[in-house]
Amino acid sequence: MRIFDPHIHMTSRSTDDYEAMYAAGVRALVEPAFWLGQPRTSVGSFTDYFDGLVGWEPFRAGQFGIRHHCTIALNPKEANDPRCRAVLDVLPRYLAKDGVVAVGEIGYDAMTPDEDSAFAAQLRLAIEHDLPALVHTPHRDKAMGTRRSLEMVTESGILPGRVVIDHLNEVTVGPVHDSGCWMGFSIYPDTKMDEERMVRVLAEYGTDRMLVNSAADWGRSDPLKTAKTATAMLAGGFTEDDVDKVLWRNPVAFYGQSGRLDLGDLDPAEPAATYAGNSVLRGER
Amino acid sequence: MNGELRKTLGARLTESGAQWLDAAAERIAADADAIRPLFPAAGRHCGRAQLDPEAGEHGWTVDDAVRAFLLTRLPLTGPALAKEVDDLYRYGDAAEKRGVLRALHLLDLGDEALPLVHDALRTNDTRLIGAALGPYGAAHLDPHAYRHGLLKCVFTGVPLAEVAGLRERRDAELARMFRAFARERVAAGRPVPADVWLVTDPEED
Repeated sequence: MRIFDPHIHMTSRSTDDYEAMYAAGVRALVEPAFWLGQPRTSVGSFTDYFDGLVGWEPFRAGQFGIRHHCTIALNPKEANDPRCRAVLDVLPRYLAKDGVVAVGEIGYDAMTPDEDSAFAAQLRLAIEHDLPALVHTPHRDKAMGTRRSLEMVTESGILPGRVVIDHLNEVTVGPVHDSGCWMGFSIYPDTKMDEERMVRVLAEYGTDRMLVNSAADWGRSDPLKTAKTATAMLAGGFTEDDVDKVLWRNPVAFYGQSGRLDLGDLDPAEPAATYAGNSVLRGER
Repeated sequence: MNGELRKTLGARLTESGAQWLDAAAERIAADADAIRPLFPAAGRHCGRAQLDPEAGEHGWTVDDAVRAFLLTRLPLTGPALAKEVDDLYRYGDAAEKRGVLRALHLLDLGDEALPLVHDALRTNDTRLIGAALGPYGAAHLDPHAYRHGLLKCVFTGVPLAEVAGLRERRDAELARMFRAFARERVAAGRPVPADVWLVTDPEED
């Protein structure tokens, strides 16, 4: 079984996680830029973070046989901080990078006017850079946030097929399904969605435009939730081909729209054991 | 050197890659700012394979050579050139940073780019560490920094064959450092990289 986790924050995870993910079948992932738990106070701490997403983290993932890509954006929460807004001005430099396969996470947190303008500006950047967009939906007032996100997508002129609306659940999936946007689901230990509920959503809405992720980060989360959902799908009557579609071909198709997804030379069996000198595997520092 | 670089690349580029490169070089020669969006796109248009298929994994790649060639086309000198090179490194992903490091000796920078070499040597990314110890690093690093760069190479598995200046710059202090490193490895029951003996005599204490 090959797995592509379309949303996971590896910066916050350990090398044990990389090993366990590889053993479970994960061969590729996308790490969206988001917030770090601790609010940032300057543009510099964003650019250092972005540098890690296009520098150190892909190198680290490569040591474990996993291909790393990322998305870059000013996240909705920090779009409200005047000290961070100027991040919007440096985004074009990063959106030109090889490993950047979408603009994201953009969208809403508390649905403020500042979030409106950052969201609209970054959808424009996605169009200008010919990149798909990854839209986070809020934890609070999620149904309203999802509806307003879809309106923003329509107003921007970006094609719905180039947008994923993420962190959906049974309540919010319907309108996104009808919009033509891709549907993202984050499978968490006890919030958002679980594997069984995900299987029921797939049974009701089908496997087209469906993306399943672990969204694992520094909070209570599980980087193997993609593999566990695959197992639950098989137990729930889906075929191996359905699993491959949802957990590999769909994310490849969505992020492949960037033209920058590089999955060449990925050996499905062996990690890149000698890749670039093994500097993380051996832990020689 | 620039003509040589372009000639070497000629054999390794597809027709569309070569067209992209020549158009990019022309645009940069006419307007330095044009390099900013072109520099990150080099691998996508021209490829990322080893430039010399016989060379090891730490040798130049096609996109390294493309980026080096583009840098030599910048119509800038002095502080303006140093600033642009510094920005391309600062905002570069790992491949772009490596491309800048590869090209430093081809550009008239004096010692202005030394901070970039130090930055790369502070990383744990072996591709950057190796590239930092190219001809520019070998010519400009002070003896202490150069020795520590070499020690970091044997520590992280960057072959010393990929490093510039070893024959001219190895000295008694470097040999002492390598012997101490070898002793620590032996004490830990771990293998000693063969490269250590390029610098120090295995029979010496």
